[in-house]
Amino acid sequence: MPQTNGSNGSHGDRKLVVVQQSGGNDYLNSVVPYTNGHYYDFRALTHHDPEDVLKIDDTVGFGPTMGPIKELWDQGKVAVINGVGYPNPDRSHFRSMDIWHTAEPEAISQEGWLGRAIREMDPKGENVLTAVNFGVGLPRALGCDGVPVASVGNLATYGLFPDMEDEWLREYALEAFGKMYGAAAGKEAVMGFLGQTGTDALKGADILSTAPEQYSSTIEYGSNGIAKSLKDAAQVMFADFGTRIFYATHGSYDNHAGLKTAHPQLWTELGPAVTDFMDDLEEHGEADDTAILIFSEFGRRVRDNGNGADHGSGGVAFLVGNKVKGGMYGEYPSLAEKDHLDGDLHFNNDFRGIYTSIAEDWLGLDAAPIVKGRFESFDLFEE
Amino acid sequence: MSDIGLIAHLMRRAGFGASRGEVEAYAAQGYEATVEWLLHPGDPGDFGEDLAKRRAIGFDEGGAAFELWMVRMIHSNNPLEEKMALFLHGLFPVIYMSQGRALLNQLDSFRRHAFGSFRDLLVALSSDPAMLLFLNNNDNHADAMNENYGRELVELFSMGVGNYTERDVKECARAFTGWTLGNADYMAVRAGKNSFDPYGSIAWHYEYRPDDHDTGVKTFLGETGDFDGEDICDIIARQPASARFICTRLFQFFAADTVDAGGRRTIDEMVETYYSSGYEIRSVLRTLFNSDYFKSEQARYARVKGPVELVINAVRMTGASPNPAAGSAGANGATGPMGQAVYRPPSVEGWHEGKEWIESGALMERVNFVAKLFRDPSKQGVRDIIDRIASSNGGVYSPEETVDLCLDLIGPVRASEETRAHLVEFASVGGDVDLRGDDRGKSEVRVGEILALITATPEYQFA
Repeated sequence: MPQTNGSNGSHGDRKLVVVQQSGGNDYLNSVVPYTNGHYYDFRALTHHDPEDVLKIDDTVGFGPTMGPIKELWDQGKVAVINGVGYPNPDRSHFRSMDIWHTAEPEAISQEGWLGRAIREMDPKGENVLTAVNFGVGLPRALGCDGVPVASVGNLATYGLFPDMEDEWLREYALEAFGKMYGAAAGKEAVMGFLGQTGTDALKGADILSTAPEQYSSTIEYGSNGIAKSLKDAAQVMFADFGTRIFYATHGSYDNHAGLKTAHPQLWTELGPAVTDFMDDLEEHGEADDTAILIFSEFGRRVRDNGNGADHGSGGVAFLVGNKVKGGMYGEYPSLAEKDHLDGDLHFNNDFRGIYTSIAEDWLGLDAAPIVKGRFESFDLFEE
Repeated sequence: MSDIGLIAHLMRRAGFGASRGEVEAYAAQGYEATVEWLLHPGDPGDFGEDLAKRRAIGFDEGGAAFELWMVRMIHSNNPLEEKMALFLHGLFPVIYMSQGRALLNQLDSFRRHAFGSFRDLLVALSSDPAMLLFLNNNDNHADAMNENYGRELVELFSMGVGNYTERDVKECARAFTGWTLGNADYMAVRAGKNSFDPYGSIAWHYEYRPDDHDTGVKTFLGETGDFDGEDICDIIARQPASARFICTRLFQFFAADTVDAGGRRTIDEMVETYYSSGYEIRSVLRTLFNSDYFKSEQARYARVKGPVELVINAVRMTGASPNPAAGSAGANGATGPMGQAVYRPPSVEGWHEGKEWIESGALMERVNFVAKLFRDPSKQGVRDIIDRIASSNGGVYSPEETVDLCLDLIGPVRASEETRAHLVEFASVGGDVDLRGDDRGKSEVRVGEILALITATPEYQFA
């Protein structure tokens, strides 16, 4: 299907893949300040030993199970954005994720930042596949009134009435479905939203169902959830439906316990999923047009609780891609107790700066209406 | 005799829906009597647990446990008891961690406390092994506090953000030090050797360890003392924010997703009952179900059906196997892709309900699963609907008559004019439906297709 018209930004071929680390990815054990004495004091029982850390320089290194990310780093394809957060951090998963999704720390908003970006790219909502979520449940980041988003739990079975044997009758049923949901779409409130969703689902189904058969690749993804989501994303991307935003979720990173066991395990899923996906992009000529944002709602408390760490604030985000300028962005927040914000790392980079950079420098959109204001952006992409 | 539509509404909300025959029986006994029956569960029935175990070979422990719960939701004689268990699982979510039996025990605890005092429910929750493990209270020690449970208890399980300080969180966590799992390491080994039994016969158990309890003075929500967890539950239960929290969540689960002015008045009445009854959930529910708001036309179809509700309702309505040991007819496994895998909520805040159940992939899964069941005229529930149509008048029905009868008997579902028109258009494809004699088989298939398309309507997505 051809790219739909319009004001889809000046970089119409470029795609953004967002990987959400749900639950609060621990910053200190992901980008480890392995030469900092405070790290070993505060993380007496949950630190990674210096010899296990995958060293980036003489101050920090990736966690022991982040080999695939380190590999991409060595190729200059990973930007590590240090100390990300927002003013007046909230330690509630719910609220903090909401803030990252809506880019509105003060107001309660129903509108996601990506939803607003999609509206800019496709103002008339002509392509129901401009954004596709891979997984169950639509993240608020993609929500925005009038903006169609397809949500795909399982690409292989995406479609309506698959078990109706009489194809002739099935056509009538699909037609009736389209008309009923079309009529509902004009109504108010939840009924209107449902009507729109049904209408978009029907349009998207016919198109999306063709993606798996078109796909061929030498890459063998893992069998875990995030690997599966990124494989589905690759299939949709290579089928050329004009999809620009891809969203996937991984977790749970809520490591109140298991900071030395469960947390490294999560990275053994995510790291290979990302490198496999990158290889797949390379194989299909999409690597130069794709950037991957990896983020979490907050980092965890500096001082561990013995086995894990509780909810904190300042965290870390990653941007991965061929056209990403690899390197460290922003300073690592001070670990000294006097510099903590109520026991947490003090954020020193507003996450909306990352969004600004992605919107403007990558997607070619005016960032202000998307992030609701002007924020200092990072120089994250090659020209 | 009470109104059929009203009783059907009550049974969709306080249970998992009811067939027309059941609705007529409840209507004959009257609305308020039905509410009282729902509020006083008796013998739940037999769910063939011993036989189900054989069938569950091949499931992991969790899968087997969830299957058993699904079977119980379908077959229980106590629909509201199971609906409350589902409500409480959503309110106090735990993500499955290796022990099926611990989850089944948690559900039993929810059933025991579902109609009792909210304070007692919180105490039971705080000592529930699955919860202790999930929110790491077994790692909450006198000398090394883990505030996970303490925080969620005040943020997500009772008062909500804005009603406590960060200090309250810490003091709350301190009060729950020593609330832990008994003999945890040994139990883990035992449980690991327990693989013959699909649910596990061994489960974690609660233990209070005075030597690991922080006995210092704590100040929690302005009150000071050497508080233990039970004291904390006392203090929480009497907070107006907690009363409003539990009443609002009950209202949203049973009455309407969105709280409007009328809803707020109903919640006020529920809060009054909460205090006058000593925090008793049964009394609060009675106030809700007997309220004018709940019984009003406005409340009908004002909730998006949650996936578990939708699926259990469809299996029940089409007639599950009379033998519970035959399983959940695919219910377990179907709800996950719709966004609600039991014991696998997306996070500790549970599921976002209402409008957030709706997304394109989930909608397709909903429509496909339910339509497939109703399309099959060999299913007992579908047969009953067809027989009722056949005996209603004459045996030959125009597309309009067929659609109207189907809409009535499957719900009644209140379809918009447009929806009804498109259903009639679809029904017209084969002309009149003739349920007399030779053509009956073919016409039954068509009725099944019409029922299936009704379950695919926007209206049917609401309860």
